[in-house]
Amino acid sequence: MTIATVVRPVAVAVRPRRRLRPRRVLLYGFLTFMAAIWLFPLVWAIYTALRPYADTQQHGYVSLATSLSIDNFVNAWNQANIRQAYVNTAIVAVPGVIVTLLAASLVAFALSRFSWRFNLLVLLLFTAGNLLPQQVIIVPLYRLYLLLPIPPPLSDNGLLYDQYVGITLIHIVFQTGFSVFVLSNYMKTLPQELMEAALVDGASVFRIWRSIVMPLCRPALAALAILEFTFIYNDFFWALMLMKTGDRRPITASLQNLQGQFFIDTNLLAAGALLAAVPTIVVFFVLQRQFVRGLTLGSTKG
Amino acid sequence: MAPLGPSPRRRLSLLTRRDKVVLGWMVGVPLLLDLALIWGAAIVSFLLSFTNWTGIGGITASNVVGLQNYEDLFDGTYPFFWPAVQHNLLWLAFLMFVATPLGIFMAVLLDREIRGTRVYQTVFYLPVVLSLAVIGLIWQLQYSVDNGFVDNALRALGNENPPDWFGDPRLNIWSAVVAASWRHVGYIMILYLAGLKAFDPTLREAATMDGASERQTFFHVVFPAMRPINIVIVVITAIEALRAFDIAYIINGGRNGLELLSTLITNNSISESNRIGFGSAIAVVLLVISLVPITAFLVRMTREEQT
Repeated sequence: MTIATVVRPVAVAVRPRRRLRPRRVLLYGFLTFMAAIWLFPLVWAIYTALRPYADTQQHGYVSLATSLSIDNFVNAWNQANIRQAYVNTAIVAVPGVIVTLLAASLVAFALSRFSWRFNLLVLLLFTAGNLLPQQVIIVPLYRLYLLLPIPPPLSDNGLLYDQYVGITLIHIVFQTGFSVFVLSNYMKTLPQELMEAALVDGASVFRIWRSIVMPLCRPALAALAILEFTFIYNDFFWALMLMKTGDRRPITASLQNLQGQFFIDTNLLAAGALLAAVPTIVVFFVLQRQFVRGLTLGSTKG
Repeated sequence: MAPLGPSPRRRLSLLTRRDKVVLGWMVGVPLLLDLALIWGAAIVSFLLSFTNWTGIGGITASNVVGLQNYEDLFDGTYPFFWPAVQHNLLWLAFLMFVATPLGIFMAVLLDREIRGTRVYQTVFYLPVVLSLAVIGLIWQLQYSVDNGFVDNALRALGNENPPDWFGDPRLNIWSAVVAASWRHVGYIMILYLAGLKAFDPTLREAATMDGASERQTFFHVVFPAMRPINIVIVVITAIEALRAFDIAYIINGGRNGLELLSTLITNNSISESNRIGFGSAIAVVLLVISLVPITAFLVRMTREEQT
């Protein structure tokens, strides 16, 4: 550490002045070029969405706008019933994230803090389950959702199919695998002594989970909550397959209806797609650090 | 290392019987749901693949057709299977040899002391927060023949007959994987950047002091030392390629040049057709292929657990 900090400034101070200047310029030039390419599709979508349909019809899409307005957003909002789609997403995602994190923290706690014979096997089952392509299990799942009887307060058609509870359930089961993997890695890095002392003092395991482990896991839980929210928010597949009624589909799956409705009006389609994207973009900008930490927790330890 | 230190058995004996029951429930309920809805479903897929069940009525002995579904797949009786396999492979190859290396390259560039590095990083991983369905629509605005940017720009440049990027069956798989890469590059970049940040700087400095060029340092010192994260990235790339579905589905339902194993499964067994046994056979093929990267990941995990 100290050696590194002593050596570094020298190396940095000597090198760029001599040879690296042109390479430095090239580097910035390349990065800026790539960044421009990367931003372009999104900027273009915003530009298209802000232009009135008549304007693009008259001047073509690749032209300077004569006027800009948010009319497309208003129209998309009203015609595609986006408010309802947001509500549907919330109904699925909020309990989905909470229950996933609760279940995963319990499993991860039991697996990472105690030694059982089948520890590793259970951990592998959860992790591998989350890595399977969803399409591998959709056919039996779809049939099961049509068969399994579910009582009225949870389901208004007596089934899991076409119900909020059905979508939420599969999200919880599928996402618990990923969260168990991340949380058990995290819990292994926690200091051992606190828990052992509590155990010797006669605290129950539930108490240790609640009062010692969960508070220590707060940073990981926060990161994971944001990541899981984005995963569930962005789900297209489960809702598309297991939710038939259009008015019940969460926002991402309702893009499928949007596609059909606004097939001709590209500007309106752009506005609708952006409305669906806005919440995740906002979450990302506000909580960028947690989001990135959540993603990298899954691949590296600690 | 066992989580509870040198003598795990003694520690476990500190638990009361009630504690053990509580722990059993903590793991048992989620595990049972996971086994039933994911692994159970995978096994049922396997069993169904030997039948010609259409979903109407029960399954009787007369529904069992043995390997017929697999024969229809492999001998080309069903014309979309091999094209779909090709498309999945192409998707995988493009992500693995174009998008993933580009993500690694961007991470390496951004790992230097660069002014505004956070701004660049934000730009590159912005698409990662978007769903692939939204990405499909955003790229529709680029690719659409009449209303998209690319073809209008090409026409302005004098090309009278620009390609139909999402409509042309020889072209659309490439267009779709480019759109998917827009997201994948940023994803790989974040993961790799995190790995590079954790990399011991003294190793790199030692290499530089010994006169190694930056390229040599990366390929001979950094890259080999990043082996654990390299494996994760290869596995993630493979799984993303096998999971590819949303973009293809939102473009045209996964038809007409955009057939993937994933869309064949749903199009055969859920949407308009109810060839459940046949769709299950495709699901089994996808499952078997997926087990390759999954096993690689699990092996790495197991090794880490034991060291």
